[in-house]
Parts: sequence; structure tokens; C-alpha cells
Amino acid sequence: MSDYSITILNFIAIQAIVACGLNVIVGYAGQISLGHAAFFGIGAYSSALLTTKAGLTFWAALPLVVLITAAIGLVLGMPSLRLREDFLAVTTIGINFIVESVFLYVPFFGGALGLGGIPSIVFFGTRLRGANFLYLCLFFLALVLLISRRFTKSWAGLACFALREEETAASSMGVSPVRFKLMAFVIGTAMAGLGGALYAHQMRFISATDFGFPLSVMMMSMVVLGGIGTLWGPVLGALILGVLPEVFRPLVDYRMLLNAAILLLMIRFQPDGLLGEGSLLRRIFPKRGETSHG
Amino acid sequence: MDDMLLRLDNVSKHFGGLKAVDEVSFSLGRGEILGLIGPNGAGKTTCFNLVSGVYAPTSGKIFFEGASTGGFPPHRMAALGVGRTFQVVKPFATLSVLRNVMVALGQRRYGAVLSSFARWETPALRKEATALLEEVGIADLAEAPSGKLPLGNQRRLELARALALKPKLLLLDETFSGLRHEEVALLSRLVLDVRSKGIAVLLIEHNMKVAMGLSDRLVVLDHGRLLAEGSAEDVRSNPRVVEAYLGKGASSHAS
Repeated sequence: MSDYSITILNFIAIQAIVACGLNVIVGYAGQISLGHAAFFGIGAYSSALLTTKAGLTFWAALPLVVLITAAIGLVLGMPSLRLREDFLAVTTIGINFIVESVFLYVPFFGGALGLGGIPSIVFFGTRLRGANFLYLCLFFLALVLLISRRFTKSWAGLACFALREEETAASSMGVSPVRFKLMAFVIGTAMAGLGGALYAHQMRFISATDFGFPLSVMMMSMVVLGGIGTLWGPVLGALILGVLPEVFRPLVDYRMLLNAAILLLMIRFQPDGLLGEGSLLRRIFPKRGETSHG
Repeated sequence: MDDMLLRLDNVSKHFGGLKAVDEVSFSLGRGEILGLIGPNGAGKTTCFNLVSGVYAPTSGKIFFEGASTGGFPPHRMAALGVGRTFQVVKPFATLSVLRNVMVALGQRRYGAVLSSFARWETPALRKEATALLEEVGIADLAEAPSGKLPLGNQRRLELARALALKPKLLLLDETFSGLRHEEVALLSRLVLDVRSKGIAVLLIEHNMKVAMGLSDRLVVLDHGRLLAEGSAEDVRSNPRVVEAYLGKGASSHAS
């Protein structure tokens, strides 16, 4: 495989990790977040700063990065998740813009110049490039999928499904809405942080505009396209939306138009996503009980 | 003084200028069935929402097992032992019937972060959930998506969910409405069974035959205020109650 395709696959794997995180928040707990790129960015900036300014290795920084992102997710989620539906959506968009501006205007984060000189990941003495970096990303993607699957089998996951379906009834069954929405939000943002760390060390240079609102919309598109609330949906969504621009490279000027057309067609004909309940793919390949549903 | 399970003490709930519940006091003993009746808009469901924690009272106090619980959130009331059904059914629509009951069985595990990460599907709990579904007579529908069930079965499911909480007090909000005769008979028997286990029941019911047949005592609300309280016989012959239901001047015809 050419270096170029491996780079594309790296991006797809990283975006799949982040989209899986968004799926925990939106798909499992039913809380709209249109600011997920902010947490992707927080992960990337934390890892970049910890490895350049604090001199940690990627591996030493990684647990801290995940913790920092999750902690910021907790603090920002606490007031936001008390809001419902469109109010929550608008608030999360706001979070995205604020975080992006902090990276852009606070000199500590490199300002408009961004952060450069981020070291490559070293694993037992070898610098991970190309295919080796892809294996690392795929390993973390597998880990994120395992955690997602485990979450759907846990009481916390069941509580989130109940909240997603009927908040009043769920709370009358003993489910604390704030606690379980926050739990899903923190798990989802931690996954975004992990993706951000990988991204920083893949690019080795990051700037605030990498983590803007359009990326949040793209993440949401991946989840919706693949199948919201399904295990593999976000991965399939990331794959399709990652590969399409390459396939349609000659039509580069119409890329956004194509994306929009695909989303509209999806919403019209397969509203639950490619892997959702009753979708075409599900009818052709019956599931073995992988989704969060019935 | 509180050997009563539930006591409302001058409880009011105002929405802006509307006094949905206005200085209402009544109490409910352990193992008692109390019927809450009254015309539409009398404040019955608001009363339920106050007891189950959906609303905090504007003024007055609510005591459950002697402790003041006014303003507690619903999940805390569930933990204390208040189970409820909803006037407009609220199933977790995409989840199967069995999982709906599982959500309620998880009540003991939602309190601590660690226990909420344990697996929910164990054979023992599956059995417990199936037993509850058998009790309400819909065990054969365990794997069906709850949102697609007919109303009668959804009402039974809500009852199973409420019982899964092992409640001390069961709030039934028009659980019998829209049901066929056989279903009403089956659920009535079930409510009496529940009471024989020492669980108190507070029920809102428009079907007077059911309400008067099941309840040990009745409380009548009208325009948010307590209108009458007593046995079915007392309430039926109370001219103010007849007036509230049928209008002024009706009492003379009724008697």
C-alpha cells in the first residue's frame, strides 16, 4: 500500500475513534453534542504540550491526556447537560467555538501559529511511522470499540438507553439523569482525547482551526451515516466519509455538495443509518445482537 | 405520630397564577388502597407528580415514612420505595419488554459508580424480570419492542416496571383507562394481590366502578382543593361531590 493511502487510513482510524466517543454521547445516551471537535482538540493540545514543553514521552503523556480531556468534559458537561435537545446542541456549539478561540488567541497554546515540533511516537526503540502507526491506531480503535460494547452491556449503559427513550420514566425507575448523562459525556470526551493525542503525533504540527465546528459536524455526520447507537456505525461512517473525498478527487469543488447530498439521501431513505435497525444492510446481513436496541 | 406511610400536609403547587394543587392534606397508611378522584383538571396527576418527585411543592410538606421528602428528585423517591405508572404511557420504546423491566431492576445499582459498570444481563435477573412479566401476564412478549405493544400491554408493562422497584407505595395513574373488561378484572386482582403483600396503593381512576370497588378510602379533589374524603359510601352521597361532577342542582335529582 502506498504511503499516501496509509496516511488516509490513519486519519480514518483516528476519526473513527473520535466518532465512537460521540456515539456514546449521542447514540447511547441521546444527548446531542455539536462540539465534539473541541475535545478532540483538547486531547491533541494536551498531548502536544506535555510532550514538547513538559518533555514527557507519548506513553507517559497519554493517561494524563485522557484524564485532562475527561476532566474538562466533566466540568463543561455539568452545566450543559441540564439542558435538553436544541438548547444542548446550541450550548455544545458554543463550547466548540470557545475552545477553538482559546487555542487561537492564548499565546501559551501557540496562537495562530499553532504548535509544532511534536515528537513521533516511539515504541520499544522504533519510531512509529506509516503502517506501524496505523497498527497503533487500529489497536486503540479496537480498545474503544471494546469499551463501547462493554458500556452497552453495563447497568450504566442500560440507564443511558432508558434516559434516551424517556427521561421522566427513567428517573422514576431510579436513574439519576444528570449522573448518567455526565458519565456518557465523560466517556465520550475521553475517547475524543485519545483520538486527539494520536492526531497530534501523526501530524506533528497542530493549529486551532483543525478543531473547528465544521469538524464537529463531520463527526456527527459519520455517526448518523453509519448508524446512530450501533457499535460499528461510527467506524463505517468514518470510513465512508474518509474515503469519498479521495474517490471524488476530480470533483473536489463539489465535495461539500456531495456530502450534503449523501446525508440528505440517508435521512430520507435510511434514517437510522447504514447499520441501524431495519436498514438495508441489516436486512441483507442479519445482526447477532450487536446494537443497543431490542 | 407518623405510622402513616405517606402524608401530605397543606401541600400546594402553583404554576404561575394557576393553583393546580391548593393546600391539600391527606394521608395513606401501609397496605391501604386510596383512590384519588375528581373531575378533569382537579389536580390529581399534579398530586402524583408531587409525591413521586417530578415537581417540588410550592408550599407545604410531604412526608414519606415520617421523613420530609418534598422536593426530592424522582430517582431518590424510587430508591425510597415509590413506584409509579403514567397516565400517558411512557415505555422505553426501542427497548424490549424485558429490558424495560431490567431498567427498573437496576435501581439498586445506579447509586454507586462501580456497581453501575457491572453487567446487567445475568440469568438471575432475567428470571426475576420474567417472573414480574408473568405476574402481569405478558411474559410471552418479553422480546418484543415495547413501543409497538397495544395500550393494554403497555399499561401492564408499566405496572411490572413499578413492581420491579419493590415499592412500599405504588402510584397508579389511570392504569385502567382504555382497557377491555377482562384486562380491568385481571389488573384489579393484581392490585389487590399487591396490597396483600403490604404495599400501599394510591390510584387515580376515572372509572368509578373500579375506583370505588378497589379503594378502602377515597379522596376527592376539585380545582386543586380537597373536596371530600371518606369511604365510597360517604363520598357518593356527599352533595358537594355530586355537584362537582354533575353541576349545580344535580344533587337533588341524583338523590
